[in-house]
Amino acid sequence: MSFSWTRVRAILVKELTDYRRNRFVMVFTMTILPLIFIAAPTIQLLAAPATASSSKLDTRVGISLLYLLLIPAIVPSTVSAYSVIGEREQGTLEPILITPIRREEFLIGKALAVVVPTLIVAYTLFGIFLAVAALFAHADMRTAIFSGSHIPIQVVFTPLLAAWSIWVGIAISARSSDVRVAQQLSVFANLPPVALIALIGFNVITPSTGLAVGLAAALLAVDALGWRAVAAMFDRERLITGARP
Amino acid sequence: MSSDSPTRSTGRAGAASDASSDNGATREPALVVEHLTKRFGDRIAFDDVSFEVGYGEVFGFLGPNGAGKTTTVRTLGTLIAPTSGSATVAGMRLSPANGPAIRARISIMPESPGLYLRLTVSENLRCFAGLYELDDIPGRIERALRAVNLVDRASDPCGSLSKGLRQRVALARALLNDPAVLFLDEPTSGLDPVAAHDVHELIVSLRERGVTIFLTTHRLDEAERLCHRVAILNTTLRLVGRPDELRERLFNPALEVRVRVALEHPDAIFGGLPGVEGWEGAGSGGYELVVSNPEVAAPAVARALVGAGADILSIAESRHSLEDVYLELIDEDVEAKRR
Repeated sequence: MSFSWTRVRAILVKELTDYRRNRFVMVFTMTILPLIFIAAPTIQLLAAPATASSSKLDTRVGISLLYLLLIPAIVPSTVSAYSVIGEREQGTLEPILITPIRREEFLIGKALAVVVPTLIVAYTLFGIFLAVAALFAHADMRTAIFSGSHIPIQVVFTPLLAAWSIWVGIAISARSSDVRVAQQLSVFANLPPVALIALIGFNVITPSTGLAVGLAAALLAVDALGWRAVAAMFDRERLITGARP
Repeated sequence: MSSDSPTRSTGRAGAASDASSDNGATREPALVVEHLTKRFGDRIAFDDVSFEVGYGEVFGFLGPNGAGKTTTVRTLGTLIAPTSGSATVAGMRLSPANGPAIRARISIMPESPGLYLRLTVSENLRCFAGLYELDDIPGRIERALRAVNLVDRASDPCGSLSKGLRQRVALARALLNDPAVLFLDEPTSGLDPVAAHDVHELIVSLRERGVTIFLTTHRLDEAERLCHRVAILNTTLRLVGRPDELRERLFNPALEVRVRVALEHPDAIFGGLPGVEGWEGAGSGGYELVVSNPEVAAPAVARALVGAGADILSIAESRHSLEDVYLELIDEDVEAKRR
């Protein structure tokens, strides 16, 4: 039996329906948490003095956008960290694994179910941020935001970071024996890319087109290989019995 | 007992044979298990288990907690890999490569229903129909729900259902793909008597439709009522056969005799009667006679008692239940461990 997108879709639709009815995911993870991340950059944006130098404005924009990149880096991690161990704890993993589904299909279905709402939320909030900037920021700030490479970087790095976060979360979820530990570890594991972006944002690492392209390529490669690596860690027997074969 | 107990039975129950002949008597068995063993490190889950299950048969898999029943089901369902031995499930060799194909042909209803509680009954079933890549999904869902009498609850969230109804949804889910073999793992565990009765009725209706069912349980009344054949597992397979066969194999035929006043010289009355091999007292005026053939022994016993002037209250063939068989075997295992 070959790879089936029908089975991937079955998992995706089930997950999205479940999220829609899960108040915690809808209210906290997908609404309150992203609003926290957009509050700080919006304040930075509006509080910037009109007399600030262009380098200071650039730093402020960098920090603001760093906050926005925390949305794809942090928001999906808690949901993806729940994806396997959560199913196991609520007793729904065994009925799923009894079907002909392959682990790759299961994992891709789970990942898509997290990446879709994450991208919707991240891009929507980024759009709101840009709209606020266009309407309310002073002219120099608007120039700093719209004329530089900030927007393309944000657009490119959002899905790359989300995919990283999701695969790391699922990998930890597949190997954990407790949901809370999985979620904590997942947030922790997402700190390296955030730290790297922070170093760029604070000009510790000088941003350049080459660096951005290199980073994006590295993240893309890691994300593309992510599902294979996670699939290799997905041990059906251990997940069902709790014992190593 | 274990030394002469068959661990493999190729015989088929009458009803099962009838069912299989409808499906084609030349078909190979639905399940062939040969010397299957599963170990988790040093711990043996089950050891050297061999049996066959025919198409259309309801096969009971009995054993105490921790006997290896669920692990056997998970192994045959390709969820976990055996340590040694081999098996054929629904015509396919048990192997990692055949896992998805085997799982497409069978269904397992685990002990816990494992439903998505925020999803409705039909949403749960739709998800699983997608996982099996079934066609005519609405039709299949309706047929599965009709089979478990739940059509009117299709739009209810599973979280709002009672435990018994959730079990029925899980059974409907297991029927979606018309499985060649349906594994039911403790289907009535934790259910109240009414809900358990409902599940029994559903299993009976599936049996009448010729569905091959592998039923693990430690409820002996359930096995005796529902199964064509049963196997008793306690890490190793102790016995396989029809419930009445097992009784005959394990217990000698016996007569229970009750008289109004205890006999003064029972030896003189029962000794030497045709078909009577021994006797022992069973309370005041009660005797249990071990006999070779109850039909020969009962009239002889009646004549002897009348001749001795005893007032006979009853002479009845002693009936051992499957529970007696089970307890006898498990007690033997406990004794063997003590030694």
